[in-house]
Amino acid sequence: MSQSYDRGTIEDFGRWRDFSAGMWAWVFHKFTGWVLIGYLFTHIAVLSTATAADPTVYTNTISGLEDLLIVRLLEVGLLAVAVFHILNGIRLLFVDLGMGLTAQDKTFYLSLVLTGAIVVASVPTFVGGKL
Amino acid sequence: MSTQTTDEDSEATGQSDSEAPASSPGERRRAEKRERQTEKARQAAETESDEETVLLKVFRYDPEVEGKREPRFDDFHVPFYKGMTVLDALIYARDTYDSSLTFRHSCRQAICGSDALFINGRQRLGCKTQLSDLDEPVRIEPLPHQDVVKDLVVDMEHFYDQMESVEPYFDPDELPSDDMAEQRQSRENREKIKMSTRCIWCGACMSSCNIAAGDNQYLGPAAINKAYRFAMDEREGDERKEKRMEIMEQEHGVWRCQTQFSCTEVCPKDIPLTEHIQELKREAVKSNLKFW
Repeated sequence: MSQSYDRGTIEDFGRWRDFSAGMWAWVFHKFTGWVLIGYLFTHIAVLSTATAADPTVYTNTISGLEDLLIVRLLEVGLLAVAVFHILNGIRLLFVDLGMGLTAQDKTFYLSLVLTGAIVVASVPTFVGGKL
Repeated sequence: MSTQTTDEDSEATGQSDSEAPASSPGERRRAEKRERQTEKARQAAETESDEETVLLKVFRYDPEVEGKREPRFDDFHVPFYKGMTVLDALIYARDTYDSSLTFRHSCRQAICGSDALFINGRQRLGCKTQLSDLDEPVRIEPLPHQDVVKDLVVDMEHFYDQMESVEPYFDPDELPSDDMAEQRQSRENREKIKMSTRCIWCGACMSSCNIAAGDNQYLGPAAINKAYRFAMDEREGDERKEKRMEIMEQEHGVWRCQTQFSCTEVCPKDIPLTEHIQELKREAVKSNLKFW
């Protein structure tokens, strides 16, 4: 009777232009979550190999990494991802408690704006040089 | 300045009128009439040539006809009138251009829930969507995530199965002794479940849900809303409510909802679906977590 086939543009992620705020929040939350998990593993890998008996190994590893501009830029990205995940997590907490569900799109935009502001404010610290 | 000009103009016109003695009043009237008629004809021609039409791009597919097995989009230019809905336009296209165009419709007033369609990238009721609110061309597709039977008709069987799996019927513990007695509900309780009773089974929410698309066993927003409608009704028996909550708490029940709010966005009856799902989640936690 019925039949499945490739429905082209109807499929979900191909029509990202039609996504609403709630959907974007979900996509970003998933994405930032996976990035944070990825970071966690690199974090463990780097630090576990840097903790030798000699403390200079650790210092050298960190300052070696911090000397690279790409690492400093990635740190800004990491902050953006983490801040958004935290703020949207708080938003989801309220959603779970059934509070402010009618304003869910506004709170999503608010978390985006706050993330943007915090990241911009952090740029001089991260990109500027030695911490 | 401007008043002066007008005065001069009218004077000039008066002069020219008096300076044309050759034309009798009758002739002048006839000339004016001719002029009016040509003007009228010109206006009529104008409205006819740019009579407002709306371009519909309609999804077509018919597995039973050789040449129509490949999904395609057909263009229809439908004359527009004020207040025309997408369903009106589809009916016009079917009756005027192509009688094989297939879609479900019945009441035309957003109550039967037959004509949920995917219009300009969003699940909407055809009869409740004004063409004037949409960008052209109006792209009309069948509901996503359901198998297409033909053109805009999708297979709703799975949706109905999910609706029925939550046992959507009223089951009180005790009936009034008198056969004719009413089963009263408090006003507050009625207010609480009011929105949830408005579901018209159109399937727009289920189609918009990303989770339901990936998990065929997920009950879906409409079915959970149905369960909410009965579980929150104060007249329902405790035993039945417990059983209903058991259905809700399953792996593919309320916990599958990831609060994307897609269902709430598209619901043509404005039912706060996500809110109801969240409330049932809290209810499920409360019935399982007992520290006393």
